[in-house]
Amino acid sequence: MDIEIVGISKQFGRFKALKDVSLTIPSGELVALLGPSGCGKTTILRIIAGLESTDSGSILFNGEDVTQRRVGERNIGFVFQHYALFRHMTVFENVAFGIRVKARKIRPKKEQIKSKVFELLRLIQLDHLSEKYPAQLSGGQRQRVALARALAVEPEVLLLDEPFGALDAKVRLELRRWLRRLHDEIHVTSVFVTHDQVEALEVSDRVVVMNEGKVEQIGTPEEVYNHPATPFTCDFLVNVNLFHGNHVK
Amino acid sequence: MDEPWAVRWLMIGTALLFLGLFLLIPLAAVFSQALEKGLAVYLSAISEPDAISAIQLTVLAAAISVPLNLIFGIMAAWAIAKFEFPGKSLIITLIDLPFTVSPIISGMVYVLIFGLQGWIGPWLYAHDIKIIFAVPGVILATIFVTFPFIARELIPLMESQGREEEEAALTLGAGGLQTFFRVTLPNIKWALLYGVILCNARAMGEFGAVSVVSGHIRGSTNTIPLHVEILYNEYNFAAAFAVASLLAMLALVTLAVKSLVGWKMREET
Repeated sequence: MDIEIVGISKQFGRFKALKDVSLTIPSGELVALLGPSGCGKTTILRIIAGLESTDSGSILFNGEDVTQRRVGERNIGFVFQHYALFRHMTVFENVAFGIRVKARKIRPKKEQIKSKVFELLRLIQLDHLSEKYPAQLSGGQRQRVALARALAVEPEVLLLDEPFGALDAKVRLELRRWLRRLHDEIHVTSVFVTHDQVEALEVSDRVVVMNEGKVEQIGTPEEVYNHPATPFTCDFLVNVNLFHGNHVK
Repeated sequence: MDEPWAVRWLMIGTALLFLGLFLLIPLAAVFSQALEKGLAVYLSAISEPDAISAIQLTVLAAAISVPLNLIFGIMAAWAIAKFEFPGKSLIITLIDLPFTVSPIISGMVYVLIFGLQGWIGPWLYAHDIKIIFAVPGVILATIFVTFPFIARELIPLMESQGREEEEAALTLGAGGLQTFFRVTLPNIKWALLYGVILCNARAMGEFGAVSVVSGHIRGSTNTIPLHVEILYNEYNFAAAFAVASLLAMLALVTLAVKSLVGWKMREET
């Protein structure tokens, strides 16, 4: 599903978080929203999800205006920065939640839910921890459970807020490569927010560089890195030379 | 800690002495006074019709005020902890009002509003509705004085838990009620129970506010604490302490349940 954002503005009190932002996210791509903190990237993500309203502008999913549609009706999966796992539920129950709250007539049978959840737990390689509680898991494990929980409702769009922000360097590297592979497998349109240049350049198909509530540049990692269009993009990416031209997909 | 043992024992000893002097001895005195004239007098004191009526009214007042404050408390705490809106600090101050104002004044306010000389008293009298010196007044006063207990218990916890889990539930397609019953409520259940216990203890033990609005009509508008006072003023000490011992037992049960819940709360966090 492609996402079109048309002229969105958003203000919190006196702070202008987004100033007339427009951008298109093509179907099936993995897109990074990159920028320093306070640039409005998380706000865009939350507006796409429907967790935040817009002051003006509209959001279109596959050409259909969803600006007024409620969170639960947008068919999105959201992975929160601090995972937001349900602390009183086991890993299994967390992943099953989105299926269990479906209306009775479209809710699958118990055995189907179980096999679906275990399928997802195998995907994230945590099927042996299904009876553990979030507090008993490591950061990387929680992150993967959060992802499995979001995928359980078979979203058409996957939104990830600083997905690797709270992890240590080694786990971070593993997880982002894993996310890239996962995306190559399931091809769901995905948008993730990050302030880490390397992460954006290494993982995504397309990078949206943002600053002070505006989009500075949109392009493939090669484009934004080799041909920065604005002084900000140039400055923001200039110290990143881990790239060395061997970007592997 | 490496305080010298003498200092430690002095501190602990003083604390225990204080506890014994001000809490345990009076508690023991209540029971010994209650049983002074034997078990028969004790049993008849707590089973005579006026005592039964006082017990019934106390239970009724608690049975109405606790569930109402449960609903109000959850709603207020939820709104305050999870949303930003103008006038929020004013609402927090208002919730605390029953704590800061003397219970006598809480009672007087109701007399001022509903009493015969009050604002809507004449209208109520004309329509034969009795609030002051009647059961509704007792219940209203009880609701007022117990209002902060549950909300106060929940606000800090709900604030610390934030909104992310609820938002996650919404993105997964859960409706408002599903989110509340499957995510919000399980996360606050022990704090809620803790608040309910304290609220109940206060509802049953409240004296000041209820005393003003009740009118002390025996067998009709007396609660347990008011009944104790009347018996005491009649120099009927054994009976007064017998009825008072019911409140003391309520306090002990409350303490026991409270520490059990507190222990559960710590275990789960």
